[in-house]
Amino acid sequence: MADKEMRAVYAETLIELAKEDPRIVVLEADLMKASGTMVFKEAFPERAIDVGVAEANMVSLAAGLAAEGKRPFAATFGCFASRRALDQFFVSCAYAKLPVKLVGTDPGISAAFNGGTHMPFEDLGIMRLIPGIDVVEPSDPVSLAGLLHSLADSERPGYLRLYRKTARPLYPQSETFSLGHGKLLRSGKDAVIVALGAIMVQEALDAAELLAQQHIDVAIIDALSLKPLDIDLIVKWARTTGVVVTAENHQLAGGLGSAVAELIAEGKCGGQALQFGRVGIQDQFGEVGTQEWLKEHFGLTAKHIAATVQSLVAKRN
Amino acid sequence: MDREEKDRLENAAKEIRKYTLDTIGFLGVGHVGGSLSIADLLAVLYFKELKVDPANPRMPERDRFVLSKGHAGPALYSALALRGFFPTSMLHTLNRGGTNLPSHCDRNKTPGVDMTTGSLGQGLSAACGIAYANRLDGRNSFTYVIVGDGESDEGQIWEAAMFAAHHGMDRLIAFTDCNKLQIDGPISSILSIDGKGNGHADAKSSANAQDDLVAKWRAFGWFCERVDGHDVEAIDNAIIAAKNRTLKRDTTANTIPRPTMIIVDTIKGKGAAFCEGQVGSHNMTFDYEVAKQAIAELDANSPLD
Repeated sequence: MADKEMRAVYAETLIELAKEDPRIVVLEADLMKASGTMVFKEAFPERAIDVGVAEANMVSLAAGLAAEGKRPFAATFGCFASRRALDQFFVSCAYAKLPVKLVGTDPGISAAFNGGTHMPFEDLGIMRLIPGIDVVEPSDPVSLAGLLHSLADSERPGYLRLYRKTARPLYPQSETFSLGHGKLLRSGKDAVIVALGAIMVQEALDAAELLAQQHIDVAIIDALSLKPLDIDLIVKWARTTGVVVTAENHQLAGGLGSAVAELIAEGKCGGQALQFGRVGIQDQFGEVGTQEWLKEHFGLTAKHIAATVQSLVAKRN
Repeated sequence: MDREEKDRLENAAKEIRKYTLDTIGFLGVGHVGGSLSIADLLAVLYFKELKVDPANPRMPERDRFVLSKGHAGPALYSALALRGFFPTSMLHTLNRGGTNLPSHCDRNKTPGVDMTTGSLGQGLSAACGIAYANRLDGRNSFTYVIVGDGESDEGQIWEAAMFAAHHGMDRLIAFTDCNKLQIDGPISSILSIDGKGNGHADAKSSANAQDDLVAKWRAFGWFCERVDGHDVEAIDNAIIAAKNRTLKRDTTANTIPRPTMIIVDTIKGKGAAFCEGQVGSHNMTFDYEVAKQAIAELDANSPLD
């Protein structure tokens, strides 16, 4: 499979789902062009609702649709999904136990030229605090399509963190995915990198190549699901390798690094000999720049991950 | 409306008031003011206009109801109990640990409650979603929703107002319970509807402000009229008119389907002397004896006499 725009996969998969499932409806807040769902609107004009620049209304409206048995996928930039319409998602959707699927696009540094106002470094942390919801971040076109199917099937509300740009397929088309499960992308004996999202999983894979040159053999877990976290998979490889590094396009507070730190603090990953490090955004706001520049600026590159692994492996030895 | 029908609805409103007072009074604290202000409206809805089946609360062909001002739950619970959705004996569980009758409405707990509300501003949007879904599915149900005048401070109300008008949601019938008081004081002094408040409102301001509220909803593309919210006949006539605009719309004429907003002119705490018209009635602590006295007074002043 060739590289593919993730937003095209988002729209195509929803069209495919909608053909079989009359419950599927799409909501947008004047970002239909950005999310790529114009094609969904062409296919299902009545089932694509563009509410205009009114995110709060969109999310409570989605709850009303879900109360009548619909499966709404409501998308906007992640900053607005998680911050501007938070109470609507919390009360109208999650507290009301209505299966609205909220989609936050342009995660972290992928917001690039939109800068600090539009760059969600905290959306996962916010969403992780809401009881009873699923929180996922696919890493490639195949996992995105697979998790969209899982979300559509789930009775729970969900948050999908969606990287819109082109991503390299990491899985064969036949791969299956389910909520609450990550994937082991490669095995290794010296350390495990737990990575989340298209950008960071790719950086983790590149880091593994750099580390191989240093004769450090790392396993990589594509976390995919932040909530529920795939505890069994992470614990298994933490215990196998003794060195755990998380990598996320998100603040260190509240996201994947925090979730794994909780597991370790609870003693689930083995004794005090375990080495643990986190790669992610420090306590900072976003800013403008190209994605590549921002990746370097905020310390999210393969080099940064490799350096973190290397120092922890040295400490353990 | 004939006299018999009017008596029946007025009596239903009185019973809703009595059970609301008993429910909150038994606990000793609650949102009594904004519950009593909507008793007449709930009587018309639950005892005449709403197509619902207490034995089958989620009947697909039912009319939907959303109490966007979710803190008036005790009045809705009284109406639902009187209508047979659950026993009136359940009302005394209000806000007790483990209850199915929380302060704010919860669709997962209470039979007959269609939407979870309580965070102000969200219920009108949810009602739009409910109405939209019913239209998609080709059902003829009407969706009714009550918002508060204080609640209308929320910007989301006006987002939903634009949405419903744009989409011609003529099976959406909304009410604003215009009781003129919000938690911190009169609406004319906290956030005036007509922009003439700031604590200098004159005696006429509340009536003028309601005219202004009617003008606002019309400007947003809704049918809007104002009725006496304590006159069951006036409320019912407005609902019948709203339904008829939809059911008897001349599709050959150049008319646009529109949602309806009925401004119900009410008094907060209506019918209970200890709290009527008082700012403090929003969420009030009072003894059960006070509630019993108010109930006795309602019986003594029965419209049936």
